[in-house]
Amino acid sequence: MRRILRRREIVADDWIHLGEEAADGAALIVPLAELRKDPGRWRQWSGRLGVRLTPIDRVEELAQELPRLDLVAVEFPNPSDGRGYSAGRLLRERLGFRGELRAVGAGVRQDQVFLLARCGFDALELADGEDADAARRALQRYDVAYQPGSPQTVMRRQRFLA
Amino acid sequence: MYRYDELDQAFVDQRVAEFRDQTRRHLAGQLSEDEFRPLRLRNGLYIQRHAPMLRIAIPYGLLASRQLAKLADIARRYDRGYGHFTTRQNLQLNWPNLADVPDILAELATVQMHAIQTSGNCVRNVTADHLAGIARDEIDDPRPYCEIIRQWATLHPEFTYLPRKFKIAVTGSPEDRAASEVHDIGLHLARDAQGNIGFTVLVGGGLGRSPAIGQVIRDFLPLADLLSYLEAILRVYNRHGRRDNLNKARIKVLVKTLGIGRFREQVEAGWQLARASAARLPASEVERVRGFFRPQPYEALPDFDATAGRAPAFQAWYRYNTRPHRVSGYRAVFVSLKAHGQNPGDMSSEQMEAVAALAERVSFGLIRTTHNQNLLLADVRQADLHEVWLELQRHQLAMPNIGTLTDMIACPGLDFCSLANAGTLGVAKQIQERFDDLDYLYDLGDIEIKMSGCMNACGHHHVGHIGILGVDKHGEEWYQITLGGSANGFTALGEVIGPSVPKNEVAATIERMVEVYRALRAEGERFIDTLRRVGLGPFRESAYATHPAAA
Repeated sequence: MRRILRRREIVADDWIHLGEEAADGAALIVPLAELRKDPGRWRQWSGRLGVRLTPIDRVEELAQELPRLDLVAVEFPNPSDGRGYSAGRLLRERLGFRGELRAVGAGVRQDQVFLLARCGFDALELADGEDADAARRALQRYDVAYQPGSPQTVMRRQRFLA
Repeated sequence: MYRYDELDQAFVDQRVAEFRDQTRRHLAGQLSEDEFRPLRLRNGLYIQRHAPMLRIAIPYGLLASRQLAKLADIARRYDRGYGHFTTRQNLQLNWPNLADVPDILAELATVQMHAIQTSGNCVRNVTADHLAGIARDEIDDPRPYCEIIRQWATLHPEFTYLPRKFKIAVTGSPEDRAASEVHDIGLHLARDAQGNIGFTVLVGGGLGRSPAIGQVIRDFLPLADLLSYLEAILRVYNRHGRRDNLNKARIKVLVKTLGIGRFREQVEAGWQLARASAARLPASEVERVRGFFRPQPYEALPDFDATAGRAPAFQAWYRYNTRPHRVSGYRAVFVSLKAHGQNPGDMSSEQMEAVAALAERVSFGLIRTTHNQNLLLADVRQADLHEVWLELQRHQLAMPNIGTLTDMIACPGLDFCSLANAGTLGVAKQIQERFDDLDYLYDLGDIEIKMSGCMNACGHHHVGHIGILGVDKHGEEWYQITLGGSANGFTALGEVIGPSVPKNEVAATIERMVEVYRALRAEGERFIDTLRRVGLGPFRESAYATHPAAA
């Protein structure tokens, strides 16, 4: 069973990615391309539905679908690809998404989790082999920041406010 | 100058702890070199040709005496007793041990310094005019805004993994001494019709492989919108800048591809939507930071002729190495790091300590680093100038060549840098030797030489009146020469004069070209102006007149 770091807790993942074995009614994460191909099918999915974005997908295109979605997964293919940070903030701040915002991919490492949390990600599907306890501790590497950020981290003090 | 509050100090301390842990994991084999690289780069640490190189941030070039003394101490204890000041106002140590770097960073944190984001694909040190606050032509002091931008950019959660490095420069004077038009973002302080402070915003400038001059994206940006507008630009770049090709990843390529019009539309549209949730810049915060940059407690002194009755050597130094000050009775003094026989921008620990102590006595305990790789004592009483000259002379820091041909910019080149194709330090020495006669240098007047050891253009060769670019030809070092570049007020990119020349011909080629200037100049005309008037032709012809070896 895959474990994820969700709101500072390490928990068993209760979501399935399309392509993994899924029973009817499972909570399912579908790539955006798949959702676009057959929107009717996925609107009728009996379980909870999430969508998975690649770095080149435009989050704005999700605006119509968001009310139906319980989860948005954003891919970080490697630690140096920072496009997903903008996707996270846009989803939270511009599109007002309140469901689970999950970072996925080989780029989700302990040295990235603080930044991810600050950009609104509340669930981290860590890269293979990454130490989940170390990643949980890394969420608290800083208790001060200059920028406004999401409430996923515990901040003693921030300089600029939103 | 700015002093850390509790938040700033906590942040750098936590940053040191984080990097100590990352270094430990790397040395323990838990982080491979590939995994460690982006982390160490964001803490200023390169792995160079011979050893690691640590680039320490000097935000907008401002140092307190105790900070410069600490740099001297670190250079002596952890390195080989010297450092190298860069065109972006930072200091590089060339020989630290990787395992010592967390300790070095901890030492820096004790004097409110760090090496954060001096490298890597993130927002780099924000640079400014070295005459900020004392220039007579200044609209407003850029440093408070630099400090605010520094804080905003520090570990910005959205913009720490950009497609490529990102450089911002702020200037407060019409004469651009910060090369702001060749930065990713250049900010020019301006006032609107009501006298409110704001910025003209330029975007997409840069040197490197495909040099470009920044274009105006906004004529006037009100101060309160500074951070939200920067975020809007960075967001378009972070999302749409190219990540598939390192050589096309700078924002200048995106701006060029979209065109400034479409790029502006995207930025402005995003800005309007994001203003509500973007970082705000409250007036109270601006006031707090401005408070650290108030004018010094100057004495009421008349201007007087400090050179009267003094030796010609002092008079020459006064003329070339000092500049007028906004306040009567004071002058700004360059500390020349361009003594002939030394590497441009290098400074020993002893010299740093001497300047730190001198600044404490005569310049309110503050020192500035300049884009041209010198230091500056900004607030020296004219009555103290002779004593300052004597003290600088004692430490080989009074070479009266500021603004002349040997006040050249040079990156460290092949001797240190693993990116370089050719050496720069040997060529600098060659030029210093050939142009060692001060009267000849003074006759040539204002000529800027800028030299880079590779296409990355750390030595800004594109914007030198004379630019020198080292290239590798079948394993040999050759040098391509450009003419007509400029970065202050009238930004222009130099034009390649022709085939590159072999290493031992560089200084001779330059001499032949400056002789053309001497022959063709009008009364009082500068090199760059003669060049603009008559064009490249005569210079090109003479450059190649006597060495058929060039191919």
